[in-house]
Amino acid sequence: MTGKLVLENIKHKPMRSLLSILLIGVPVTLILTLVGLSHGMLQDSQNRARGIGADVIIRGSSASSVISFSGASIPEKKMVDVIQEQPHVKLAMGVINHPIELPLNIMGIDLDTFNQMSGGFTYLEGGPFQGPDDILIDKYYAAQKHVKAGGPLMLMNHKWRVAGIIEGGKLARIVVQKKVLQELDAATGKVSLIYVKLDDPANANLAAGQLHRLMPLFPIHTMEEFTSMFNVNNIQGVKEFIYVVMAIGVVIGFAVVCLSMYMAVLQRTREIGILKSLGGSKGFILRIILIEALALGMGGTVLGILMSYAAYWAIRTFVPASIPMIIVYAWWPKAGAITLVGAGLGALYPGLSAASHDPIEALAYE
Amino acid sequence: MNNGAIIAIRGLRKIYRVGKVDVAALRGVDLDVKRGEFISIVGPSGSGKSTLFHIIGALTPPTEGSVHVDQHDLAALSDAGRTRLRKRTVGFVFQKFNLLPNLTARDNIAVARHIGGTGSKPDAQFDEVLRLLNIAERLDHKPNALSGGEQQRIAIARAIVNHPAILLADEPTGNLDTENSKAVLEILRDLNERTGQTILMITHNPEAAAYGHRTVQMRDGRIVA
Repeated sequence: MTGKLVLENIKHKPMRSLLSILLIGVPVTLILTLVGLSHGMLQDSQNRARGIGADVIIRGSSASSVISFSGASIPEKKMVDVIQEQPHVKLAMGVINHPIELPLNIMGIDLDTFNQMSGGFTYLEGGPFQGPDDILIDKYYAAQKHVKAGGPLMLMNHKWRVAGIIEGGKLARIVVQKKVLQELDAATGKVSLIYVKLDDPANANLAAGQLHRLMPLFPIHTMEEFTSMFNVNNIQGVKEFIYVVMAIGVVIGFAVVCLSMYMAVLQRTREIGILKSLGGSKGFILRIILIEALALGMGGTVLGILMSYAAYWAIRTFVPASIPMIIVYAWWPKAGAITLVGAGLGALYPGLSAASHDPIEALAYE
Repeated sequence: MNNGAIIAIRGLRKIYRVGKVDVAALRGVDLDVKRGEFISIVGPSGSGKSTLFHIIGALTPPTEGSVHVDQHDLAALSDAGRTRLRKRTVGFVFQKFNLLPNLTARDNIAVARHIGGTGSKPDAQFDEVLRLLNIAERLDHKPNALSGGEQQRIAIARAIVNHPAILLADEPTGNLDTENSKAVLEILRDLNERTGQTILMITHNPEAAAYGHRTVQMRDGRIVA
């Protein structure tokens, strides 16, 4: 009967209920979208790192965070040739990285070496580099920039010709020839990182140890280690940012529910008096208000999840390369719990206020 | 309280504080009501009728004096104790019906049963009462689809669904036309005669008061006759 009473209360003021659900849903969407973006970007980077086919990665000595790349600080000739001669090393490939609009990078590669290491790109349109101003872009970046193979593309104040549109998932979304990028970056002979392919992936730890002894100042990881570091907890500030958004979610949920239920309690003063005259206890009145708030919170959670799909669709449609969002199902219950905590807290004051109404005054309320 | 009375009131005083002023609503009321009695309480506005009702109905505590309702000493009851008394011992019928507007008539009655802890389905005796009230056909309507007379009959049904020892009716015909007033008063009398329901009814109307076994007159916070 309590459930029916709550349901009828929600149905009785549909606009108030829908607005409350919408406002509660917004922070849920914010949380899920933010988490989806951070996880999506990391997963995308992880997949592209795995797609290279390397077993060990050597980054520049000035790479600051666990998964960042430095500028072109590694002397290519000196390092790559030495690495190439180490036991178990089948192939070493120096790559230059140039960050453009976050989170996108242009990678400069030697295409033949890359083909040997990874098996090469899959071309959806066009083909490999023909000249120094040629650029390869993946299908997501091509869709975002509305360009086709053979078309022009301005990047780094340089006019490129899109030689080919590649299937995503290997190395980077935007690839040019290494020598050209080194010249543009005034980093001739320097690379940002070195990928190493071994004779057997099982030797990765052994080879990484050998290379570390050889180059103690450089961060050296097996690819398994490196890709496992693509985690929200390892990116400075992201976890804290998510916590801030979660706190905002709780505060908004609290404020919306508090205001909504306070209004509802005012509107239902007489009805609360009626329930009290029937013998409804303070606990019964408080329970009705809390259950209604939690029902609104659950409705907001469901709507927030649906709206996160809308955000997912918009991001995939308009900026598929820049922001690779994913839906993180594991966060649905977390976002729901955050919302329900906010809703429950928000309903406490109006609920206690309703429970402590004097029945005679409440019955006389017009 | 050994005189067989279901309600025994001695020296009842009630003082309300309005701003910084104490207002005496009841100034020493003595009243005994026997089980099965139908009593009408009449008096002008401000005579203390409603305050007396609110105290007997455990909606507010007395300031002074003793009030025993069905063996319960109301002066000694806590807020939670008065709440428990309202669940099962008293039933209210109000002038403005006071049905929950979001619920159907059936659910209005069910809420009272739910709060009273008497289960979700009315018993056979209550089915008989529903027939007496002639509202079986209107149970699935919400209050805004019911006439005043129908609403008041639903309110009566709700008030007695948990078989309270006492039914308190506060101006039950105050918002009804003559025909519906007569119907409601006859229902109250029938209930009293058929089931032995103790009824206290406040009214301004001498014709309505005549339905009771006896009439108590109040003035200035006292019973005068």
